[in-house]
Amino acid sequence: MNATRIVRHAAMELRMLLRNGEQLLLAFAIPLGLLIGGLAWGQGFGLDLAVFPASVVAVATWSTAFTSLAVATGFERRYGVLERLVATPLTRADLIAGKALAATALVAVQAALLSAVALVWGWRPAWTPAGAASAAVAIGLAIAAFAGLGLLLAGTLKAEVTLALANLVYLAGLALGGLIADQPPWLPTAALGSALRAASAGAGAPLALLVLAAWAVTLTLIARKAFRWTS
Amino acid sequence: MTPRYALELDGVSVWFGGRRVLDGLSWTARVGELTALLGPNGAGKTTALRCVTGLLQPESGRVRVMGGSPGDANERIGLMPQSVGAWSAVRPGELLRYLAGLYPDPMPVGDLVDALGLAPLLNRPYRRLSGGEQQAVNLAGALVGRPELVLLDEPTAGMDPHARRRTWQVISGLRGRGVSVLLTTHDMDEAARLADRVWIMDAGRVTVSGTVAELTAEASLEDVFLRHTGGAA
Repeated sequence: MNATRIVRHAAMELRMLLRNGEQLLLAFAIPLGLLIGGLAWGQGFGLDLAVFPASVVAVATWSTAFTSLAVATGFERRYGVLERLVATPLTRADLIAGKALAATALVAVQAALLSAVALVWGWRPAWTPAGAASAAVAIGLAIAAFAGLGLLLAGTLKAEVTLALANLVYLAGLALGGLIADQPPWLPTAALGSALRAASAGAGAPLALLVLAAWAVTLTLIARKAFRWTS
Repeated sequence: MTPRYALELDGVSVWFGGRRVLDGLSWTARVGELTALLGPNGAGKTTALRCVTGLLQPESGRVRVMGGSPGDANERIGLMPQSVGAWSAVRPGELLRYLAGLYPDPMPVGDLVDALGLAPLLNRPYRRLSGGEQQAVNLAGALVGRPELVLLDEPTAGMDPHARRRTWQVISGLRGRGVSVLLTTHDMDEAARLADRVWIMDAGRVTVSGTVAELTAEASLEDVFLRHTGGAA
C-alpha cells in the first residue's frame, strides 16, 4: 500500500462526494436538521436530550459510511471508474483504504460539527477517557461494518438498485435500527447508538464494541469475497 | 532484459454464468508495435482486456504483461476503458491531475491538453461533455502516466472526424516513440491505417491474424473480418 496514493484518492473521493447534492443532504442537512429539531422539540416526544446528540452522531456515521459510500461506489462501478483505477498504480487495497479514509475524515467533520452545535445549544456530555476511547473505537468499527455492507451492495447489484436499496436500508436503520432509541445492541446500528450514548454519559460499552467488531469482520470479509469491480 | 512481447495470452478461457466467453484465446502484442484486436460485439475483446489488467482471473491459460503477471506492471500501463471511466462530476483538469499523481513519472498535463485539444473542456463537468469529448479525456487519462504499453478499448467511438484524426495522430506518435499499443476497434479503416498486426477474434477465440499487408493482400480488411467472424454471409 502507498500512503501518498491513498491520501490522493481519499481527497478525490471527498471532492466528488461533497459536489453531490444528495450526498450533502445525507452528510449534513439531515443530521443537522435532526439534531436541531430534536434539541428544540424532542423533550416533548420523550427524547433524553443528555444523550440525543450522541445518537445524531451515530446517524451521521450511518449515512456517510453506509449510504453515501454504497451509492457512490455503485455508480463508480457502473461508470467504469473502478475498472480504470485498478489498471493504474493505485492498487485495490489503496482504493479501499482511500474510501475508508475519506469516510473517516467526513465522519470526523460531521461529529465535530454536530457536537459543536449541540454544545452551543447547551449539551453537556460527561466526558471521561474511557467514554471517549469507547466512542472513538465504536465509530471506527462502525465505519468498517457499515462500509462492508455498503460495498457488498455496491459490488453486487446494479447502481440503480444499490441507490434504491441503500436509501431504503438507511431509513430502516434510522427508524428501527437503534441509532436513536435504545435497543439490544445486536445490530451494528444499535450497537453504535448504544456505545455513543453510553460514552456521552461517561461510560464504556464493551458488549456493543464486541458486537461492532464481529459485524465489522463479518461484513468486510463478505464484501471482499463478493465484490465485483465491473458491472 | 526487455521482453519480446508486451502482451501474451496463451490458451485463456473465461466463463460467465455457464457461458464460455473466452475459449482458449491466444494472441500476442509485440513490444513497440501497434496491435489491433478486432471482433464483433460479444467476441470477448473487452473480457480479454480485463484479463490483461488483472480485473478478471481466467479459469485456465496464461496472461503475461510486460513479461510479468497482470497487475504487476501497472505503473508502465495506460488503460482507456470502453465505458465512461470517470466520475460524472469530475472536471477533466482535476481528473488528469489526479491520475498524474498516481504515477511515478507522469507527463505534464498541459502537453496532453494541447495535443488532444482539451483546453476548452478542462473546467466542464465530465457529464456535460459529448461522447467524443469524454473519449478524448479518457485517452489523455490513459497517456498521462507516460506508459510503455497503452490499452485502447474503442478509442475513437463517438468522435467527430476532426477529433478522430487528432487521436490517430496521437496514437501514431505513441508508436513512433516505441510505445506498445493494443487497440480494439470496430473501425476497419482505423485498424488498417494504424496497426502493424491484426488479430481477429470471434466467439472468444482468434480466427485469423497477420500484418495488415498480409491480411489485405487479396481483400479489404472489412471483407477479411466478415469472412472470419460470425457475421459472414
